[in-house]
Amino acid sequence: MELTTNWYLVLSILVFSIGAVGLMVRRNPLVMFMSVELMLNSVNIAFVSFGTSLNDVGGQMAVFFVLVVAAVEVVVGLALIVAINRRHPDATADDLSALRG
Amino acid sequence: MSEVIVFIVAAAMILVGAVGVVASRNPVHSALFLVETLFGVAVIFLIQNANFLAAVQIIVYAGAIVILFLFVIMLLGVDKAEELDVEPIAGQRPLAAVLGAALLGIGLTVVLVASNGVTGAIAATGSEHALDNGFSDVERIGRVLFTEYAFAFQATAALLTIAVIGAVVLTRRVPSTEMLPDREPASFELPPLAPAIDEEEH
Repeated sequence: MELTTNWYLVLSILVFSIGAVGLMVRRNPLVMFMSVELMLNSVNIAFVSFGTSLNDVGGQMAVFFVLVVAAVEVVVGLALIVAINRRHPDATADDLSALRG
Repeated sequence: MSEVIVFIVAAAMILVGAVGVVASRNPVHSALFLVETLFGVAVIFLIQNANFLAAVQIIVYAGAIVILFLFVIMLLGVDKAEELDVEPIAGQRPLAAVLGAALLGIGLTVVLVASNGVTGAIAATGSEHALDNGFSDVERIGRVLFTEYAFAFQATAALLTIAVIGAVVLTRRVPSTEMLPDREPASFELPPLAPAIDEEEH
């Protein structure tokens, strides 16, 4: 048996789907963020395997920038969660309905 | 063959961790399962000789991002088990399962039906981009990052600065004397939630 690019891509799709379902099902904003991290990581797997199969470092560069964006997203997202929780402890994503006019 | 075994072990780690993140009742357990997934992804990077990325994956993700998650979980005190049995929106979970299955089906179709899912020009051996140009992993990435991707690299610097400023602004406590009167209208009511704690502390 030989490890081909398709193995990595199938793994990537599985992780992406799990993350997407988690994002849709969970209500705790922190867990929703973790699901987004799962999706970003699955894309990183795909990027690196594409880069490897094309003998190109571009895939790894994409992962590098995805890492930076993931870090930034977490910083701003967690700051928002902290700010929201300070006013409304135990707020969940469903409480967005409070924004209804 | 040994590569295949390592891949299978890493893939099992990743998938168990991913399911654990989604299915854990306690956010702390979710964060720890996320660490497991991230380590598995680092192993996947190592199999493909992306050594620098594997190190960065562990340092940045497991070392910084998950710690940030755990820090916020502890700070907010939301580390209690969540009731997962109740379904707040009728039909949410079946719909999510259908959409997830559809996503999986589309993705698997694209990968498995296409005889070779990867298209594009293969980098010439020995070129600056090629993975077999004789440079070490870090040197290859550095050479490309500081030439071809220099603008993007500087843009990420600006992005990180903006994120830090944004986080500070978002979590800054406004002194009560300067608090804007319309910050929260008196008529604003959220029956199921406890009242805001800000006022007690000032």
